[in-house]
Amino acid sequence: MKLTKTLLATSALTVAASGAFAESHGNMAMDMTLVSWGGAYQASQQKAYAEPYMAMKDGVSITWDESSSEAVAKLRAMNEAGNITWDLVDVEAADAIRLCDEGLAMEIDHDEVLAASPDGVDASDDFGDMIVSDCFIPQIVFSTTFGYRTDQLAEGVEAPSGACDVFDLETYPGKRALNKQPTANMEWALLCDGVEYGDVYDILETEEGQTRALAKLDTIKDQTIWWSSSAEPIQLLADGEVFMASAYNGRLFSAIVEQDQPIGMAWEWQMFDLDGWIVPEGLPEDRLARVMDFLHFATDTQRLADQAAYISYGPARESSAPLVSTHAELGIEMAPHMPTDPNNATNTFVNNYNWWADYRDDLDAKFQAWLAQ
Amino acid sequence: MAVETQAVKRPIQFVAPVAGASGAFAGVFVGAANGSVLLGLLLGFGILATIAVVLLEVLDPGLEKTAKWVLFAAMAAAGFLLGGLPGLVVGGLFGWFFGWFIYWLGMGRYRVPLPPYLTAGQVLWHYGFRVICGSIFVFLITPILVVMPLSFNAQDFFTFTPEMLRFDPAGYSLKHYRDFFTSSEWQQALRNSLIIAPLATVLSVSFGTLAAIGLSGEHVPFRRAIMAILISPMIVPLIISAAGMYFFYSRIGLQGTLLGVVLAHAALGIPFVIITVTATLVGFDRSLTRAAANMGADPVTTFFRVQMPLILPGVISGGLFAFITSFDEVVVVIFVGSARQQTLPWQMFTGLREQISPTILAVATILVIISIALLTTVELLRRRSEKMRGLSPG
Repeated sequence: MKLTKTLLATSALTVAASGAFAESHGNMAMDMTLVSWGGAYQASQQKAYAEPYMAMKDGVSITWDESSSEAVAKLRAMNEAGNITWDLVDVEAADAIRLCDEGLAMEIDHDEVLAASPDGVDASDDFGDMIVSDCFIPQIVFSTTFGYRTDQLAEGVEAPSGACDVFDLETYPGKRALNKQPTANMEWALLCDGVEYGDVYDILETEEGQTRALAKLDTIKDQTIWWSSSAEPIQLLADGEVFMASAYNGRLFSAIVEQDQPIGMAWEWQMFDLDGWIVPEGLPEDRLARVMDFLHFATDTQRLADQAAYISYGPARESSAPLVSTHAELGIEMAPHMPTDPNNATNTFVNNYNWWADYRDDLDAKFQAWLAQ
Repeated sequence: MAVETQAVKRPIQFVAPVAGASGAFAGVFVGAANGSVLLGLLLGFGILATIAVVLLEVLDPGLEKTAKWVLFAAMAAAGFLLGGLPGLVVGGLFGWFFGWFIYWLGMGRYRVPLPPYLTAGQVLWHYGFRVICGSIFVFLITPILVVMPLSFNAQDFFTFTPEMLRFDPAGYSLKHYRDFFTSSEWQQALRNSLIIAPLATVLSVSFGTLAAIGLSGEHVPFRRAIMAILISPMIVPLIISAAGMYFFYSRIGLQGTLLGVVLAHAALGIPFVIITVTATLVGFDRSLTRAAANMGADPVTTFFRVQMPLILPGVISGGLFAFITSFDEVVVVIFVGSARQQTLPWQMFTGLREQISPTILAVATILVIISIALLTTVELLRRRSEKMRGLSPG
């Protein structure tokens, strides 16, 4: 039974790759504009998906637009102007949910559009919980975690282990850098103030809970530099301007392993988050056909595993995990650098998109007002 | 002839505190670099006031040269102890400057270039004014100068590494320049910029010059209103023109096309051309066109053979401004262009946000050099035109 299923799936894949889609090649647009985040992450997508795809499909050209950070605003403007110039947009899960609710992203039947795993597991089961919205096609799991300057650590002091050490100014003096938004910071403040993870969101819903979180953040406010672009904390760490900074784990990995900076990782209470594709609503037929063809290829088990050879983000498919091996250029084992590696942290949590969807606007206002005090 | 002002030795009660104050000023920076601003301030004041007393009161005035050299060497050595090789350079500069400053002040030499009847307040203002101008100049130029050495950084961050500060060759590298010349994204952006800017310039210059000539005629109705509309892209905030262009160009299918970006940039460049050409036209003698017509030249021939050569400097400098506007522009192109029309400034903008890489600094350095070359050309042309019109001698 299982063998038949596998056989079927593989043959379907082969057909998809060679026959069926080649026939309809004529109806597909020959160029695509993909939107991503730039930097090492976009480079990993280029190497793992885009270049193999272009090598396979003769004459297809792919243009990259590094505009993911303003994807929501730009998609709104494009929708208003009736002129969608993007074909596929890489966004964080929270933005995908927002775009889906506003009708700016297309709803996808994951099993129909995406490839099954080599073992024949349907895409929706292979991605599992990662599919947080009908419009969202997950690619990677990343985490917001901490890096610290190993050379600024006082002698005899134990290395920081994670989020709570940010609040410990006595053991770890010096400037810190945190993301200029309430998400993750508010959770960390409560967790490090002694709240159990299970109670964090119940407490954060109350006025006192929010005041308590901000009061905890108050203790380090004058020692904190607030960053807004993901390249900033890495620059601040590399410069030695801060001792500790929250940052995306892939960027920290790149600074430590590829750039050889004296930075260490502190994973405890890292916040997992998802990143993936959305297809803008309202694409003309030929472009949509091309995007679907590309998506089918770029999100299959092997491609997602390949991406992990360039950057330390975990593939969103369960079936990709065993295929993750070594760094494409440095040859080091990638598994220990993945945020999902259980040896890195005992306590972690996943960005609570649904809770934040309800409270984001309110807490954003409170947080910004607190920052301005 | 002007009356000679004699240098008169100043009382030490005046010189020592002033020298001390300048020392305190320098001490603030040295102190900040070494951890304590207050200590630097106090030490700077004390050291410089003492040196002033020693140089002017204790030592024989004939020993001035030797004293300056000793101060220079001592400061350089102290700098070396504090901050290694860069400290040596900074210390040496301090020593040289303060040696000169103390004698200049103490011996009253600062009075020499000034008329003898000036009051102390006027003298203070004379030098204070120059110091203010110099500070403004430093304030404007330093950010540009800091970028240049950083672009030779061997690391991928905006950081003066310890190797760089030690002047160790290993800390420097041309890799960011190599990155710029080999990366397909940067090259595509450069190519786009080099296509868009000249095309936009040609359009701006043609339309701008015609508009300026047309509007310089006295018989044109509503001249001021038309002029105001034409130069409005320069006055309206860029983001507003950009948003307007985005929606308008989207409707007519120009958004995301090269032509769209060229037209948008041409609209931004036209005001510069109109203004510079209008300025040159003020000095243009209209009777020359009448003379040409009298001799049988039609208006087109007159324009190209008589008028154009005379207003050419204005046209060229307007064109250069239009070129730089397009070449440096980031807001409008982000709205009107799509990823295929990414220009250099766009690439730099996203690069700064998503990946702080010194490649941006390498590009910035190259652009600064290009801008300096272009502006030098403008200045030379301006001088030439002044000479031709006999406004300045020589």
